[in-house]
Amino acid sequence: MQPLTNRAKKLEKKPMTLAERAYLPAIFQGLSITMRHFFMKKATVRYPEEVRPFSPIFRGLHILKRDEQGRERCTACGLCAVACPAEAITMVAGERKKGEEGLYREEKYAISYEVNMLRCIFCGLCEEACPKAAVYLQADKMAPPRFERDEFIYGKDRLVEPVDPTKRSERGIQLTPEQAEALRNKMVQQPA
Amino acid sequence: MIELPALGWQSIVIFVVFAVSLLIATYCTYAERVIAAFLQDRVGPDRAGPYGLAQPLADAVKMFTKEEFFPGGANKALFVFGPCLAMITALMSSAVIPFGNNISFGNNAFFLQGIEVNIGMLWVFGVVSLGVYGVMIGGWASNNKFSLLGAIRAASQNISYELAMGLSLIAVLMISGTLSLREITLQQSSEGAFVWQDIFNWNIMKQPLGFIIFLVCAFAETNRTPFDLPECETELVGGYHTEYSSMKLGLYLFSEYVNIFVVSAVMSVLYFGGFNFPFQYELRDWLASSQGWELASAQNLITALGTLLLFGKIFAFIFFFMWIRWTLPRFRYDQLMRLGWTILIPLAIFNILLTGGLITFGVIK
Repeated sequence: MQPLTNRAKKLEKKPMTLAERAYLPAIFQGLSITMRHFFMKKATVRYPEEVRPFSPIFRGLHILKRDEQGRERCTACGLCAVACPAEAITMVAGERKKGEEGLYREEKYAISYEVNMLRCIFCGLCEEACPKAAVYLQADKMAPPRFERDEFIYGKDRLVEPVDPTKRSERGIQLTPEQAEALRNKMVQQPA
Repeated sequence: MIELPALGWQSIVIFVVFAVSLLIATYCTYAERVIAAFLQDRVGPDRAGPYGLAQPLADAVKMFTKEEFFPGGANKALFVFGPCLAMITALMSSAVIPFGNNISFGNNAFFLQGIEVNIGMLWVFGVVSLGVYGVMIGGWASNNKFSLLGAIRAASQNISYELAMGLSLIAVLMISGTLSLREITLQQSSEGAFVWQDIFNWNIMKQPLGFIIFLVCAFAETNRTPFDLPECETELVGGYHTEYSSMKLGLYLFSEYVNIFVVSAVMSVLYFGGFNFPFQYELRDWLASSQGWELASAQNLITALGTLLLFGKIFAFIFFFMWIRWTLPRFRYDQLMRLGWTILIPLAIFNILLTGGLITFGVIK
């Protein structure tokens, strides 16, 4: 039969030599292997202190973006909720009142916008569906573990990005390759 | 030369040895987990305290607060007595081990040893072979098939390997001519003329084969892998301590580590020169003659260094025990018995004959 690889080792059944029967050489061989592992680099990532570097195109926690004047971009059109295969997104639409022009970009806005992080599969289809460039998945954050289920339902208080531009996430729009590279370097140097 | 130490000093030494062996056993549980982790490319427990050093305390709290469980139909008295006996015998055997040479305050010189008796080695062996009763009683009193099987395995394994262990020891006694562990240690020292003379005087140089036999038997006696058949999880659930919980289980696990400590100490004393180290007498004489030290205080320093080095040797052995555990798989029961009866015992007898011949022809003395 044609061998699949050339690595197959032909085994012969013959009586063991004295060295093999004495066990000791094999034991020393084993001991040297385990001792080599003793000094090897450990595979463990000590989680809360260390975080594995994310890929630059990692899809993590959602964010609701503001525009250049600090107004919420989301108009509660519901396309993200329709696109969501896990049905994790719910929202309630409302009409902008007079005097709220600085808060919301268009006449319609989301009174509430909730993402259930236990249902979400972080596929990014909401990001693709959004016509207003309002919802994005951040590359550098993920939903941390919590004790209660209701804490995983993220409302607008935790989704909308801060008004102060300096406190906003690095990730605004789709990254250019250069930005991705810079972000990768930054995260490899100092994990989040 | 030296007056027999007062009872007070003996009690202090015994108490310190007791505390130290418990401390070492406690940290053996931590060391075992860390070494296991390192050998498997992990980092091990590092959450409790710096480097996880408080982990043994956390484990102890867990053990103490667990439910005290008695299986139905168990013999309650024996069920409690088993782990106690295992622990007592494990702790008793360290009484005769010489942890250091003599140390002097003023005119009084004391040994760093619990009791100096001329049957030291016999005492260790007698007490260690009692240890199997702890396992046996615990396994029997549990009223559980797996426990009983584990206990029977432990008993037959210990008896089989004690023979080879004793025979390998006889060769050492032929060289030393005494059973006193202190005497055996002192015989391994020498005022060396060249660098490694002291090490050449260690019994390992005269008894390499005997040491290997002793080492293998030590693994079997302490029920460590590759001979941990009494608590073989894959076949016997937990072996003799299947039914044990809470601190009674803790005592069994603890006594295992105390046994490892004692066996490591015995091996260091018998084969690796105990508290001797190269250049000890040269260092003492140099301090006394050209540094203006008193001879007694120079000797005290040597004793302290020797004790530290003895513990270094013991820790090296304990590490070796753990290293082996995470390297070798468990023997099958028939392999274990065949190794003990058809290989180790004949080898040990051969070693006795060889030693006798070498002594007769004056090659070693």
